[in-house]
Amino acid sequence: MGRLIVALIAGSLFGSGLFLSGMTDTTKVQGWLDVFGNWDPTLAFVMGGAIIPMAIAWQLTRVTRKPVTGGSFPAPPDAKLGRNLVLGSVLFGIGWGLAGLCPGPAIASLSYAGPGGLVFVAAMLTGMWLAPMLRARLDRVAQPE
Amino acid sequence: MEMDWIMGLIGGMLIGLGGAAYLIGNGRIMGASGIIGGLVDGSGHATAAERIVFLAGVLVLPILLTPLFGGVDTHITDNMLVLVAAGLFVGVGTRIANGCTSGHGVCGISRLSLRGMVATVFYILAGGLSVVLFRHILGVI
Repeated sequence: MGRLIVALIAGSLFGSGLFLSGMTDTTKVQGWLDVFGNWDPTLAFVMGGAIIPMAIAWQLTRVTRKPVTGGSFPAPPDAKLGRNLVLGSVLFGIGWGLAGLCPGPAIASLSYAGPGGLVFVAAMLTGMWLAPMLRARLDRVAQPE
Repeated sequence: MEMDWIMGLIGGMLIGLGGAAYLIGNGRIMGASGIIGGLVDGSGHATAAERIVFLAGVLVLPILLTPLFGGVDTHITDNMLVLVAAGLFVGVGTRIANGCTSGHGVCGISRLSLRGMVATVFYILAGGLSVVLFRHILGVI
């Protein structure tokens, strides 16, 4: 039950933040990416604002040692980069620029983006469902050492 | 314009507080694509309930806040082909890269993860090129 309450609080803060920051507005995202057009710096403020409490939280994990609801904190970040990280991020970026939506805002915008939001999320879920198969196929292609 | 930046900063801090609550409370990294993807491909079966509750919060809060702050126009394109293509790219890409703007961006950069920083550089570069190509060269968005 504790884990569910934490998840609800976290999701609610995330949803409120996406809404108030304007990240559910696709023109703000595309405006930030559009350095050759009418550049909108808002997204940089959102990212910077989000990183501050999150950086403090990572420092706090050293003090508290264990999450409030038990279990353990995530392992230290993996130092290995790999082809999938770059390839996947490039594919994600293409779609992000094309529609101005990433996964979090896509879910948030389901509440008021009408049929367009539904179509985007349905396609995104299909992509997420296909990804493990594509990933397995990529892994069969010899990884450069 | 400056008001947008202030709201961006405030909203961003709320997003970061959400990530902080998820980490300190449940010991999990708040990555939207991982939370959704784990439900779609079954890899997050054991933690399905908390994933669903998290996403319910993301979905419902904008509805609750709309009467207070007014509705926001998403300016989402009505070109269905663009939406389907973009959705597929975002879905496949974030799962192959194992993260998106929240997981690699917010949660990764804040702990100086090299993977998070490299992913962020590549999806921003690709996003910028995508806008140049599809808006300024092809004119489809």
